[in-house]
Amino acid sequence: MKAKHQRLVLVIIALLAIVGAGLLAAWSLRNQANYFYLPEQMAKAPPEVGQAVRLGGMVQKGSLVTEADGVTVNFKVTGNSADAIPVRYSGILPDLFVEGSGVVAEGSLGPDGVFKATNLLAKHDENYVPKELEGMGTDAAAKMAADTTVGLK
Amino acid sequence: MIPEIGLAALWLAAALAVLQMVSGAASLRAAPGEVNPLAIYARPAAIVQAFLAVLAFATLLYSFAVTDLSLKLVASNSHSMKPLIYKLTGTWGNHEGSMLLWVGVLAASGGLLSAFEKRLPDRTMGATLAVQGFVALGFYAFLLLASNPFERLPVAAAEGSGLNPLLQDIGLAIHPPTLYAGYVGLSVAFSLAMGALLTREVNPAFARVMRPWVLGAWVLLTLGITAGSYWAYYELGWGGWWFWDPVENASLMPWLAATALMHSVSVLAARDALRTWTIMLGVLAFSMSMLGTFLVRSGVLTSVHAFAVDPERGAFILGLLGIYIGGAFTIFALRAGAVAEGKRFAALSREGALVFNNVMLSAILAIVLLGTLYPLLTEAFDVRVSVGPPYFNPASAIFAIPMLLVMAVGPLLRWKSDKPARLQFELALIAALVIGVIALVSFFGQYPLLPLLGLGLAAALAVAAVLPLKGRKLTRVPVATWGMVIAHFGIAVSLFGMACEGAFSEERLAAVAVGGTEQIDDFKVTLDSVMPIAGPNWTAMQAQLSVSDNGAAPVILDPQARTFWSPPQSTSESALLTKWDGQLYAVIGNQAEDGRWQIRLWWKPFVTFIWYGGILVALGGVLAIAGRVRVDVKRRVASAKGARRRADVEALGAPAPVPAE
Repeated sequence: MKAKHQRLVLVIIALLAIVGAGLLAAWSLRNQANYFYLPEQMAKAPPEVGQAVRLGGMVQKGSLVTEADGVTVNFKVTGNSADAIPVRYSGILPDLFVEGSGVVAEGSLGPDGVFKATNLLAKHDENYVPKELEGMGTDAAAKMAADTTVGLK
Repeated sequence: MIPEIGLAALWLAAALAVLQMVSGAASLRAAPGEVNPLAIYARPAAIVQAFLAVLAFATLLYSFAVTDLSLKLVASNSHSMKPLIYKLTGTWGNHEGSMLLWVGVLAASGGLLSAFEKRLPDRTMGATLAVQGFVALGFYAFLLLASNPFERLPVAAAEGSGLNPLLQDIGLAIHPPTLYAGYVGLSVAFSLAMGALLTREVNPAFARVMRPWVLGAWVLLTLGITAGSYWAYYELGWGGWWFWDPVENASLMPWLAATALMHSVSVLAARDALRTWTIMLGVLAFSMSMLGTFLVRSGVLTSVHAFAVDPERGAFILGLLGIYIGGAFTIFALRAGAVAEGKRFAALSREGALVFNNVMLSAILAIVLLGTLYPLLTEAFDVRVSVGPPYFNPASAIFAIPMLLVMAVGPLLRWKSDKPARLQFELALIAALVIGVIALVSFFGQYPLLPLLGLGLAAALAVAAVLPLKGRKLTRVPVATWGMVIAHFGIAVSLFGMACEGAFSEERLAAVAVGGTEQIDDFKVTLDSVMPIAGPNWTAMQAQLSVSDNGAAPVILDPQARTFWSPPQSTSESALLTKWDGQLYAVIGNQAEDGRWQIRLWWKPFVTFIWYGGILVALGGVLAIAGRVRVDVKRRVASAKGARRRADVEALGAPAPVPAE
């Protein structure tokens, strides 16, 4: 094999591997990316049962109920419409998680229509708002922004 | 007064960066054998610039130390009641300060390069310094025009608004500076690569100059990532050690590129092969550093690390990124064809294995890069997604597993070409270990696939890492070889920790009344009390847990739920019980209505090995540098001795060589 050929072969192998990685990434991103839903979107066109998605909205006032085990909570998430999605979560609630504030729940929809959250993201600090809650474009968004950006100058 | 000195120093440094650029470029225009009169300024400019940039950073550090509230940056990020150590670390806990640190390290490494690097030809050095000056100039402009750290307030603030409590931690003291030093160390590799490419000096001598910079940057990145992972593990209170958070990925991507670069630069130094590939990786590694800086600093991502969003700054860094990466790849495309082909090698050789793993590392890099950028791309089409472990873990494992297998075998192969028959025993041993461990573990229980593979590979890799020492006299093994052995062994240790954490972790979540007991693994955990306590700038509910391991005397753990008042925020401080074979991780949550407290406990067997491994890997890198430097010093001493001896011979009256007519 001539010197030029070896370089060519190396370049081709490297390109194939990188393109392969790219294709693999593109294919699995389509399947594995976690889509974001607003409550009204989830009510209208629910994701498949068990598919990992994120649900973002406001914790409905008066809907937060702690179960007898002391660590499982049930609450409802509302958005810009009257639709409210029931959410169930076992674990330690994020700091400053309260009724009426914004929340993003990671998890999947169960067969009973209850969203099983594996992780809750809420107001993290005065500078951090879950990305999905930015610019929701209605009263709720403005209110939520006010709720989630206390102290932002 | 002090901040104005800092600002002036920064402007002067920027001006010197221009001089360095012009003077470095002038050296390229010199006729062969002559020195361009302008070219002599590049080295001094780089050195003075380093002092000025470091001085600018020192003045900001001082302003934070004395809490100078007339500075906007101090007022909005610090607080007079903060402990001194966090006042100091707060200097780089914000956008402007961290960019100043970035620039300071950039200038300092440029200064070091020009002060101590005498091996390169003048033209190559000039081109390198010109590129370094050009990179620095862009970031000075960014600081001075778009994020001035020394901006004064019209009226001094009465009190500062504090620092994000998550960042008030000793982890912050070491994690970002190490990472930045690593990022920026790659800038030298980048400048050297461009310099060599521009002057067509891509050869082993150049690789030997580049190698310590790449190794040093890589060691710092390794330490930074290890520290960052541990910081996220105990500070966020989520029990995980890697979240595939965009900012974590931003530090992982340069590391992957630097790992590939470090190996290929070694091949270039030792064997004069992989010339263009090394240059490309040099460009890629620093591109990833800048991309990481862009992702973190521009506010296009929200994460724990991203500070306030500012589109103007984002556009500025994106512009810089476009100029540098675009420019570098253009020069690469134009010049790569002119780089002569290096030495050839067979597919089955140590070079072959290194190339394979270089490609695998690049593929993992592509996977991580695409996963990190995908949410940004879809957002352009108004589809909001997030990408997490379900994507990253399997997709990167597809390339990591063959890479780890080849990594076990590669160091055993000979340079240039080898025969598989020579390594029958080693190959059989590695295969037997992988299969044996996986079979053994799956005999005892059902575990997820990836941790299972990880355990098998870790065992094989740990043994394979020390195999290169087989049959050698240990005292005569070069220090750099020890470095390789230890670094590869560190990867095995780390992999073992990750696999154990993935396969054997236990979790217990319960609401416990005071006096109640929970059982996890062999531990009995009793909630003794919950009491309010106060710190310098926070109050907290502190639980006292007595943990007794299999009936042994109890150990006290005290996790806290802290509330900071400036800025108002809560954090949970986890409490850890470290044993040689794992960690017990305890977090306290809210109080339920009936008075019980939420307690979350994890038992994570061998989780600490993840970070021990990281430290071993870094140690290996340090040994590799030490070994190379030792050899280099020896060589210099020997050549100096030779020169002296020749001079002596001459002085003894040997006839001076008469130039031919």
